[in-house]
Amino acid sequence: MSNEDVLNPKEMPHEPEKATLEGKNKFIGFWFFLGGETVLFACLFGTYLALNGSTMGENTPEHLFGLELVFIMTMLLLTSSLTSVYAMYHMKNNDFGKMQLWLGITVVLGLGFLGCEIYEFYHYIHEYEFTFRSSAFGSAFYTLVGFHGGHVLFGLSWITALMIRNARRGLNLYNAPKFYIASLYWHFIDVVWVFIFTVVYLMGKVG
Amino acid sequence: MSTAVAQNRGLGAVIWDYLTTVDHKKIAHLYLVSGGLFFLIGGLEAMIIRIQLMEPSNNFISAGLYNEMITMHGTTMIFLAAMPIIFALMNAVVPLQIGARDVAFPFLNSLGFWLFLFGGLILNISWFTGAPDAGWTNYAPLSTTSPGHGVDYYVMGLQISGAGTLIGGINFLVTIVNMRAPGMTYMRMPLFTWTVFVTSTLILFAFPALTVGLFLMMFDRMFGSAFFDVALGGNAMIWEHLFWIFGHPEVYILILPAFGAFSEIFSTFSKKRLFGYSAMVFATVLIGFLAFMVWAHHMFTVGLGPIANSIFAVATMAIAVPTGIKIFNWLFTMWGGNIRMNSAMLWSVAFIPTFTIGGMTGVMLAAAAADYQYHDTYFVVAHFHYVIVGGLVFGIFASLHYWWPKMFGQVLNEALGKWTFWLFFIGFHMTFFIQHFLGLIGMPRRYWTYQEGQGLEVGNMISTVGAFLMAIGTLVFIYNIVQTAVKGEKVSGDPWDGRTLEWTIPSPPPHYNFKQTPLVRGLDALWVEKSEGKKGMTPAEPLGDIHMPNNSILPFLMSLGLFIAGFGFIYQVDDKMWLILVFIGMGITLGSMLTRSVKDDLGHHIHKEDLEKGAGE
Amino acid sequence: MANHSKSPSQQMDFEKRQHKEEMKQQVISFVMMILFTIVAFSMVLLEVNSYFLIPTLIILAVVQVLFQLYYFMHMKNKGHDMVAMMMYGGISVAILTIITFTTIIWW
Repeated sequence: MSNEDVLNPKEMPHEPEKATLEGKNKFIGFWFFLGGETVLFACLFGTYLALNGSTMGENTPEHLFGLELVFIMTMLLLTSSLTSVYAMYHMKNNDFGKMQLWLGITVVLGLGFLGCEIYEFYHYIHEYEFTFRSSAFGSAFYTLVGFHGGHVLFGLSWITALMIRNARRGLNLYNAPKFYIASLYWHFIDVVWVFIFTVVYLMGKVG
Repeated sequence: MSTAVAQNRGLGAVIWDYLTTVDHKKIAHLYLVSGGLFFLIGGLEAMIIRIQLMEPSNNFISAGLYNEMITMHGTTMIFLAAMPIIFALMNAVVPLQIGARDVAFPFLNSLGFWLFLFGGLILNISWFTGAPDAGWTNYAPLSTTSPGHGVDYYVMGLQISGAGTLIGGINFLVTIVNMRAPGMTYMRMPLFTWTVFVTSTLILFAFPALTVGLFLMMFDRMFGSAFFDVALGGNAMIWEHLFWIFGHPEVYILILPAFGAFSEIFSTFSKKRLFGYSAMVFATVLIGFLAFMVWAHHMFTVGLGPIANSIFAVATMAIAVPTGIKIFNWLFTMWGGNIRMNSAMLWSVAFIPTFTIGGMTGVMLAAAAADYQYHDTYFVVAHFHYVIVGGLVFGIFASLHYWWPKMFGQVLNEALGKWTFWLFFIGFHMTFFIQHFLGLIGMPRRYWTYQEGQGLEVGNMISTVGAFLMAIGTLVFIYNIVQTAVKGEKVSGDPWDGRTLEWTIPSPPPHYNFKQTPLVRGLDALWVEKSEGKKGMTPAEPLGDIHMPNNSILPFLMSLGLFIAGFGFIYQVDDKMWLILVFIGMGITLGSMLTRSVKDDLGHHIHKEDLEKGAGE
Repeated sequence: MANHSKSPSQQMDFEKRQHKEEMKQQVISFVMMILFTIVAFSMVLLEVNSYFLIPTLIILAVVQVLFQLYYFMHMKNKGHDMVAMMMYGGISVAILTIITFTTIIWW
């Protein structure tokens, strides 16, 4: 029995991401990693909350943040979370074409989000001269939101690489776990964003 | 690939084999050798510290160099010696104890090792360019204002090796959750495996705090941010908290596997099952749980306020309860047993009183009001050396004697082992017991020198003499290793009349470990079979093809990339041209990651027919 | 390898229906999440009293995240016991950390 036969069964199992031992390992290992990431982001949030008053008298959160852009970004990212759920739905039904389509939409929405974030940072730096070095608040803000942005960028590159790599051969038991954990990562990015828009932007606006 | 074949293929092939290996047993060798080397370097640093403090107003090394010495001694011993040797034991033993053919992520296992090694190299290269000098805790603002690049090396080195440790932790968690042999329920796992499980959980939740702390420190020192800069509204306490949110779990990360190893040794050499197994498991989990609630006891004197201090004081004292449970269970395991006092057992028996002394001073230090008196004196130095050396280093020596036959197929010389033990044991107590009193007299830690006529001379002299005894003991141990290797006497798979699964297979094990996965029928799986008069385990599967992972050079390349980028980050402060190194290094790392992602790695099979012929053993 | 030899078309149909059912729940949770987001943003825009507002915002965020974890990331399904344990472990350490940084960091 060769690897090829094992990984390309005639009937895809119910949960292709967990059908092999490697898949099961990836699945649970990645979840554990997300548990660690939770602590990582908590430390960044804690730092932000400790320093968000240290504005040195200028460029306070209230003064800086505009809610329109943040609302658009939130909608983009929330929707991209749903589209990646659709992708996984089609993966479980073994419909590779539709899965790729929905992943593609996810990537486009993610790119939109990233574009908005770059615009936002550019805007703060050039209109308000609010930078990473202006104050402890500036450092904490760019670090927290930037770490999230970095995760978005990494997630986009990861999903794109997977889509291109597997475009011609379709779904099998080797790549199904990879797609699945990439989508978990994408959801986790959304989880972090929910707290960012609440704690940084909305609570910052309340003051 | 069999070791016999590798030996016939010359040095180059062996080196290539180790650079690319994903076999947990070979990775254990790599961890042990590099951790051992760093242990010797850290020990050398300790000797220099002790020589400097041998007499009052000594001028053996300059004050600046002394600061570098204490910083590097602490950092090296914790991150580059203790952690990797623990990982060596985890790699060598855990997959065998649970009846697995490899860890869950062999590729990541190798990546974790290379990240650790390159991080350690960065840290030690700083000796040539100016080492970090802000203490192993690297407190801000001392560290943010430290001139030169020493602290930058600390930040980059620990960031890279810390990433390796996190990866290793996740790997062992998944291995223990998913890879256990049939019948090996959680409550049938050997205690060493249990402690590794809890330790890995602590790694998973503690290391991200260090990662964030180091990132903030890096941004402050290299990119001009203001996290710890009070002039721009920053707050130095953020580093202190992040460091100890990581740092306190870290000491339990180190000690728990040692506890596990002692449990195995006591049980094997007393020929009794471990007393109170489920209480031991419960105590281990409880220690892991409490590990995250006590970090601020390192910070009683920074002014957290009486409420916070009280909460953390009580939580800290609570840790004495599960630890006490363990001490009594070990004693009861020996009680009435058929005890064999060999080297492994000597280290284990000596551990009990030594660690108990460290535990008692721990409770003293936990009393927040009294801590104002002890804080930053040699009393603290004595305390943490009693728990770390008396617990962990004794544990490492004990485990190395115990598992050496399984790792290398040879038993270490008993006579030399006992010489090592007595020299080190007497030397250790000479060095550190007196330091309790030096601290109570008022000798502060980290001071370069002290004045005559303050009653510190005799104590420091005794301490230094003891340190030399420890050094001699260590050298005897190295001689023991060399002599054993030269003699090359092979032993059977089960030299100690063992109780757990690792003793059911040859020493050293074939690279697929188990020809057939064993069926586990109870705690101390092998002992269950032995007590029913059987020789070995009942297999849980018919003999069939074995699927094994492929070797890969990518983990080495990924780590090398980060190593190169690390220098770019450190020196771009002086000249932006150095950013080229960042791009080259990150290019190598990300390129290797992309290669890993797009290139299928399906592993290979060892065929049934070859297994029957005994290939690969 | 798991045994999937008994997979007649009935089984396939059953699984498809199950997936569809799950998808329905996920769409509902998505609608709820959008709704919560809109509520959160409009409360800030309407300048509701901040003693009431901040706890409400946090509760809305937590509920959204629970939807995300349990429905989008399938934590409600079987075989997620270990996963849940480690996530809650991480969340506990996270909460402790945040409490620390909002209470006992002075200056």
